[in-house]
Amino acid sequence: MENQSPNRLRPFFENIAFEREDNRMVINMGPQHPSAHGQLRLILELDGEMITKAVPCVGYMHRGMEKMAENMIYNEFLPTTDRMDYVAASSTNYGFALAVEKLLDIQAPRRAEVIRTMLLELNRLTSHLLWLATHALDVGAMTIFLYAFREREYILDLIEDYCGARLTHSAVRIGGVPLDLPEGWTAKLAAFCEKFPSDIDDYEGLLTKNRIWKMRLEGVGVVTPEQAKSWGCTGVILRGSGVEWDIRKEEPYALYEELDFDVPVAKEGDSYARYLVYMEEMRQSTRMLKQLIRLYQESEPGIMAHAPRYLSAPKEQIMTQNYALMQHFVLVTQGMRPPKGEVYVATESPKGELGFYINSQGDPYPYRLKVRAPSFFHCAFYQEWMVGLYLADVVTILGNSNIILGEIDR
Amino acid sequence: MRRYQDKHNVQKQAYYTDRFNVQPSLPRFEVTEDSLFNATLLHVKGLVDVLEAYVEAGQLVVWVAPKANVSALKAFKTAGYENLSEMSAVDFIAQKGGFEVFYQLLSMEKHERARVKCFVPQGETLHSVTEVYKSANWSEREMYDMFGILLENHPYMKRLLMPDDWQGHPLLKTYPLQGDEAAQWYEIDTIFGKEYREVVGPENRDPARVDARNTVDFSRIGHEVESGAPYSATPTAQEYQEKGGIAVVSKITKEKAKTLKERP
Repeated sequence: MENQSPNRLRPFFENIAFEREDNRMVINMGPQHPSAHGQLRLILELDGEMITKAVPCVGYMHRGMEKMAENMIYNEFLPTTDRMDYVAASSTNYGFALAVEKLLDIQAPRRAEVIRTMLLELNRLTSHLLWLATHALDVGAMTIFLYAFREREYILDLIEDYCGARLTHSAVRIGGVPLDLPEGWTAKLAAFCEKFPSDIDDYEGLLTKNRIWKMRLEGVGVVTPEQAKSWGCTGVILRGSGVEWDIRKEEPYALYEELDFDVPVAKEGDSYARYLVYMEEMRQSTRMLKQLIRLYQESEPGIMAHAPRYLSAPKEQIMTQNYALMQHFVLVTQGMRPPKGEVYVATESPKGELGFYINSQGDPYPYRLKVRAPSFFHCAFYQEWMVGLYLADVVTILGNSNIILGEIDR
Repeated sequence: MRRYQDKHNVQKQAYYTDRFNVQPSLPRFEVTEDSLFNATLLHVKGLVDVLEAYVEAGQLVVWVAPKANVSALKAFKTAGYENLSEMSAVDFIAQKGGFEVFYQLLSMEKHERARVKCFVPQGETLHSVTEVYKSANWSEREMYDMFGILLENHPYMKRLLMPDDWQGHPLLKTYPLQGDEAAQWYEIDTIFGKEYREVVGPENRDPARVDARNTVDFSRIGHEVESGAPYSATPTAQEYQEKGGIAVVSKITKEKAKTLKERP
């Protein structure tokens, strides 16, 4: 070990010696590994097939988004947030928009809130379906992958109908949403909501009592509530280990206060419990979407907040009124100047608590923007979570923890 | 007179300033007896010296000395704050000569969020809080990676997102957005060695750039030359015929051409 000083022939390998006397084996899993769902490198120390040490290495997709944010006006940064959690882009958009709205102290109009909540729940469904599909594929169930992607396609088509994009939506703006729903969209959504619960039954029929699925998931990767809290786990990992904490319920934002939904919680803390929580969350999301269609029909038109100091006027006003045009010009070229101060706003993204800390010094650029990505903390937890598991269970944990490397590295 | 530019801050600056503009601040409220955070603050004040405490945007903000960060977080943990949501630093080197480090805390039972802040002068170390909250493990590594604030007693004090042999700390205000010199040559230096900088040349960041003199990577219509041959300004002859071979195109005339009425 002491011979291993880095040089051209023997480069720096994370301070881990490859040949050891204690009969332990070091395996380098990734950064190119199909089960990692991105660029994650895991250095695993094995005793036989038992993991004795796990060192996750991240940063392969680091794009310096926090640095970029400091050099962009607030509206300019919003499309960048798509690229963090690219499986559920609107939820990241919304987290950022909500943080800036809190800083500006503005409230989006009701119809905008309805559309945003619809988008958030649709994004939760796409994210959960992708999670289910890829996780099942990793663990060995091929069929479910095709079924889940079929339904995911319906949702992506709905989102595409709304905002034109399937992956990087940017469908939320600071202060509202850019567009109203197109004609006939709610009918399509209602049709989807009618059909989807039976699809979830199909998935459950394929998996819940499946012997292989249960063998691979039951009792694997048990997380105690203390561990989950100490390591900053949120979302399904926290709820799967018996802690009833869903920000949508506990600190309601958007329209979640008015919606009737349950927060599924499981006591066991193993991968199978988390799977059940995910399935139930999808049912609850469908339930919320049904209620949101009614709320949409009851809402008044109006999709952007009125805050002339920070937000541009509607397009027809810009095209007809001089002052609105001037204001728009200033807001586009210079950007809005929010008040001085700092906010931390957390939302429940499909992965867990997604928080945005913004430190504003009154400039058009954020002085500091920190993204609290849920996957970051879940990935950090691997170093304790994986110890004592078998090598085959690593794939279960990687899939089950639902990490997104775009969010971890930012 | 030329406008003064702060060399310690190479971030993008607002080019337009209105000297009559008074920028508002988020209101800060005192923690009063009937405040939501009163019990927490009293508990924390009994255990550590609190420099300043106020409520901003619905969250308690408590300033402590940098030496007292661990004891402050322990005090919060005993007050029911079981979760460290986030922690990082903010670069105030140009203004104050140091960093503001914040710890964002969450109490699930009380439904409260609080932020512990401390000011760390540049070059000084901070004590790691991983013993109190394990989620600080990676956050502190990221903070060291991005700002260069070293943590004492951290179990694995290494860079997290940037490569281990990276020079500089990217989130400092003095770090240019395009990367400094070491960053721009990082791949060349590590893969080939410093002496290859001249061979490879600087990175092209303009994806639409066309170099007419470079005949290996680009060809110019009407001025085609062999790959690697010197660029010629004289237009090349356009001949649709093999050199000295059988004329293929020139013998075809419109009259001779056979038009098919139907698909064969």
